[in-house]
Amino acid sequence: MTDQTAANPLPPAPGLDPAEQYRAPRNQWLDVWDQFKTHKGALLGLAFFVFIVLGVTLGAYIWPLDAQFIDIRARNQGPSLAHPFGTDQLGRDTLARMIKGGQTSISVGLTAMALALVLGTGIGVIAGYFKKFDGILMRFTDLFLALPLLPLLLVIIMLFRDRLRAVFGPEEGIFILIVVVIGITSWMNTARIVRGDVLAMKEREFVLAAQSIGTPSRRIVRRHILPNVMSPIMVSATLGIANAIITESALSFLGLGFPSDFPTWGRLLFDSTDYLQQYPERVLWPGLAISLTVLSVNYIGDGLRDALDPRIRGR
Amino acid sequence: MLTYTIRRLLIAIPTLLIIGLAIFLLLELAPGDPMAQVPLTVPPEVKQAMREALGLGEPIHVRFWKWLVQILVVEPLNLIDTIFNTTFAEGKLRIISWQTRSPVMEIVAQRIPQTLWVVGMSYVVGVLIALPIGIISAYRQYSVFDQVGTFVSMIGYSVPPFFTGVLVIVIFSVQLGWLPSIYDTTLVVNDWDSFVLQLQQMVMPVMVLALQTTAQISRFMRASMLDNLNQDYVRTARAKGMSESVVVLRHVLRNSMIPVVTVIALGVPAVFGGAIITEQIFKVNGIGQLLITAIQANDLPMVHTLTFIFAILIVLFNLIADVLYGVLDPRIRYD
Repeated sequence: MTDQTAANPLPPAPGLDPAEQYRAPRNQWLDVWDQFKTHKGALLGLAFFVFIVLGVTLGAYIWPLDAQFIDIRARNQGPSLAHPFGTDQLGRDTLARMIKGGQTSISVGLTAMALALVLGTGIGVIAGYFKKFDGILMRFTDLFLALPLLPLLLVIIMLFRDRLRAVFGPEEGIFILIVVVIGITSWMNTARIVRGDVLAMKEREFVLAAQSIGTPSRRIVRRHILPNVMSPIMVSATLGIANAIITESALSFLGLGFPSDFPTWGRLLFDSTDYLQQYPERVLWPGLAISLTVLSVNYIGDGLRDALDPRIRGR
Repeated sequence: MLTYTIRRLLIAIPTLLIIGLAIFLLLELAPGDPMAQVPLTVPPEVKQAMREALGLGEPIHVRFWKWLVQILVVEPLNLIDTIFNTTFAEGKLRIISWQTRSPVMEIVAQRIPQTLWVVGMSYVVGVLIALPIGIISAYRQYSVFDQVGTFVSMIGYSVPPFFTGVLVIVIFSVQLGWLPSIYDTTLVVNDWDSFVLQLQQMVMPVMVLALQTTAQISRFMRASMLDNLNQDYVRTARAKGMSESVVVLRHVLRNSMIPVVTVIALGVPAVFGGAIITEQIFKVNGIGQLLITAIQANDLPMVHTLTFIFAILIVLFNLIADVLYGVLDPRIRYD
């Protein structure tokens, strides 16, 4: 029986049990963190991602220059003390534009990921838990998976850009459009994974126990099922951020994203390619920012997958 | 197996119809008017007649039905006509591009070779590089080769093609001047010099795309090999005294290829449609570039037809991947 007490969530009474019998019960997330720490790439990725997020949020306060300020005399300058990343063809400071662009890129990534996650988890849980919706929702998911996504994204943005701009203003309109469009085209994998896990979870005894004491479905899903399918959701969240950042940059790169006076990393890269012959170094900053951010997020996802897998954890 | 394939084919038909309808309804909302460039002196009733000649102005369901007939009956008939020199499709109205006023399918047929040549080649190259990397990485897990290979595939996974493409142009075209940055489609390969030129202009787009393919497939290959290397039958094979190359290349590799082959099949539709960005960077006038220009020019029949072709390819190769999985793996039985 002494082994069983280890699974007891209550803290052990001091002095009653010998300490060597079991470890003091710990929070599950501390275990996850311990495992996560052993993955060097993931740790580096996390550090870099935090650095980028802090850089684009606090950077605007530390670096005083305005991203929109045009100093035509200082145009096309290389790196210097006044402009560490140089200036563009209108004399706007590249570092300030990178910070401003990063705010947009990162916030598009996070919001679109959140939207895709909510959609995917919702559809996955409903399809997995309620049998009568399973068939139709999974056909729906298959249908979405069969859509040619990038062409459709381009078409949707072309069609709705002007209307949303008229309603919400030029910047908010396109932000809402891009976030919604990326969100509704990237929830399918989350939904499939969550559905599979919910199907397995539904047959477990604790759910049966909850059902037998008359817990309503809503509460079973919220209290018993959702916490247990958190790990695949978190892993697909990291992949979702990476996917959203790349998609937004690709759209901006194709000229169908944000307007050019409203910088994002993809847009900056696109604008720099016009000056590829004269100032090839200019494509480097936005390109590196996108690539390293996505790389760090992917590494975080890798580490998280290992850390959340109980078969790997504690080995 | 046959019944499964037939059932899947039958399911694919309503799927494609719904996708076609969805894209059609989406394009219905499009702003802009194909008659916008007609001079103002043209009287409105003539304009209306021109609009109807383009197939506009009728109710939605009639137009959708006409489009369906065109893409599913008339265009295949035209294909048969060009191949066998028959006249089945004579006098039937084809899908007309609003940009060039010529049949959409003819333009697609002009663009397909460039896309297949560049993007298809990159897919083949990517797969050929990825398989050995995946095999060696798994066989020597945690070795230096594995670490480097995993890191490189992670980079290929994360760095978007619009950065690698621009980067290789900066390095090899601007700085070193070795390779042309623009893909010249008019080049005719008829002797050794033009062949070398063709190779030179293909290197960069092919490598940029191959990096993406390699990254994805080598990850899959490695994971699949690792799954199999720890199985009991591998120990049995070694215990029987088989040489290491037979164990790895015959026993393990064959079993590990099963999921990888399906992943390779799933990636094929992207060969036709997904290289939009790379074609844009290197100015390859393939299908992806055709789609972009059609979207920018508001050429709705072209956009509709192209996206529908992509959807057909995706559904078809999903089906092929599933059937292949059942054919290759005797443990899978779809019944």
